[in-house]
Amino acid sequence: MKTNTQISMLVALIAVIMVAPIVIIVILSFSGDRFLRFPPSSYSLQWYANFFSDPGWRRALMASLAIGLMTSLISTAVGFMAAYALVRGRMRAKKLYLSFVLLPLIVPHVITAIAIYYASVPIGLVGSLPWMAVAHSVVAAPIVVLILMSTLQSVDLNLERAAFGMGASRVVVIRRVVLPLILPGVLSAALFSFLTSFDELIIALFLSGIASETLPVRIWNSLRMNVEPVIAAVSAFLIATTMAILLVDVALRRVLGKARSATA
Amino acid sequence: MADVAGDTVAGRQRGTGLDLARLDPAVLAIPMAGLLLFMFVAPIIWFFIQTLSETGDSLAAIAGTVWGVLSSSTIRGVIIHTNWISLIVTMVALIVAYPIAYTMTRVKGLLVTLLIMSVVLPYFTSIIVRTYSWMVILGRQGLLNDLLLGIGLVDEPVSFMYNTFAVVIGMTYVLLPYLVLTLYATMRGIDPNLLKAARGLGASGFYIFWRIYLPLTLNGVFAGCLIVFILAIGFFVTPALMGGPKDVMIAMLIERDVELTQNWPLASIMSLFLLAVTLVLYAIYYRFANIEKMMG
Repeated sequence: MKTNTQISMLVALIAVIMVAPIVIIVILSFSGDRFLRFPPSSYSLQWYANFFSDPGWRRALMASLAIGLMTSLISTAVGFMAAYALVRGRMRAKKLYLSFVLLPLIVPHVITAIAIYYASVPIGLVGSLPWMAVAHSVVAAPIVVLILMSTLQSVDLNLERAAFGMGASRVVVIRRVVLPLILPGVLSAALFSFLTSFDELIIALFLSGIASETLPVRIWNSLRMNVEPVIAAVSAFLIATTMAILLVDVALRRVLGKARSATA
Repeated sequence: MADVAGDTVAGRQRGTGLDLARLDPAVLAIPMAGLLLFMFVAPIIWFFIQTLSETGDSLAAIAGTVWGVLSSSTIRGVIIHTNWISLIVTMVALIVAYPIAYTMTRVKGLLVTLLIMSVVLPYFTSIIVRTYSWMVILGRQGLLNDLLLGIGLVDEPVSFMYNTFAVVIGMTYVLLPYLVLTLYATMRGIDPNLLKAARGLGASGFYIFWRIYLPLTLNGVFAGCLIVFILAIGFFVTPALMGGPKDVMIAMLIERDVELTQNWPLASIMSLFLLAVTLVLYAIYYRFANIEKMMG
């Protein structure tokens, strides 16, 4: 028992260390000082004002939002279909297909980024926001597949069978039976694919060109050159986005759990 | 007989044109395969063919160039350093992650939610933000130096940044959640009755851990470490921002060759090597682990 208490203390310490860097950035972002020091001697919203009024940062924010939304649409649609095929389809090499689908998560992003960049230069697509969204879908769609596979596995196959028995086509079954049942899962997949794109740096770094920098790319450039204090506010903004998405995800899981216990 | 025939006719009539109702849902796997083939596989293969063909006229000549580059002392140094850092990061992450995952299976209610949140929040936070946060802590005028100077442990700021130590700290922080979540999934599946039975039979705490608990978690340990190592050898952001001049990792070299020196053949050879190592390790992972649980 004594060792258990010691382990608990150690784990509490580790948990604090895990969260501390994130908390520090959030506190720092409210600094009223001219240079960032921790702890700040005064507090203000100056860096947020800076972030939202600077045309460069605002453009980066808009680019990130646009790419994120497009990525979310593409990868949720494509990923849902793949997840449905994996869970319900009769495929001979399911595990092989899944491992292929997950490959973009494993292959170093640098390689993916350079290869797409190399192919994009001759066709003049470097700097195109929709093109960046398609590229981001390569790494976002696999995450959709993982999320929706586990959601789909919890759908009772008999509900689909019943609908087929009453003469519904596959399309109708998916639209009227499957999708309503897993809607919270689909929404959460859409959110996480958005987040994947919103936070992605390396592919965006190569494909953005000068005109369409995303937020992570601009942070990267700033960290490499002159570490502007406004980065703390931008980082805190990205953290807030992540937290908001995690909270919505928790809420969606609750809904999904309730729906399941209602049908069971 | 007539009924059966009628059914088939009705079925055929309903399915005029493209008979979606009768298609196996496996066809829905096609869009994803298409996306990956066109945006991932084809560009990578095209990139290698185009850039490697610049390095020699025949296959043998190309292989010779590739071998020459990989065995040059600079590149060999980078490869060894990359593996070394990845290995240390994996080990440190394992030592830290194991007790966290264990505690997650033991505590209940609010505590477990808090613990999971403390792992998941960093997990989903942008890598560049997580790296920046450690730059704030470890910098010359950072939090850690303030703390050490404040309590008088050191007289002047210590350089924690721009060395291998900083890279290991930063990368471990980024990769730790993968290991915690993999181990947690494994540990949650262990039947607590096994441990109770062992205790009932008089086994000591250490014996139970060493002979029962640890062996049951080895699968998760192996899978988690493999994923962390695979991700570590391809790491780029954290070592580029936190490392010193000596801490060049393979992925950084690739980026530099493209962005700064435009040395496409060298970038290509390094990419080929990195990709090969990654794929071999992924094949081992595929063989031994449940890939559905890859990201926790």
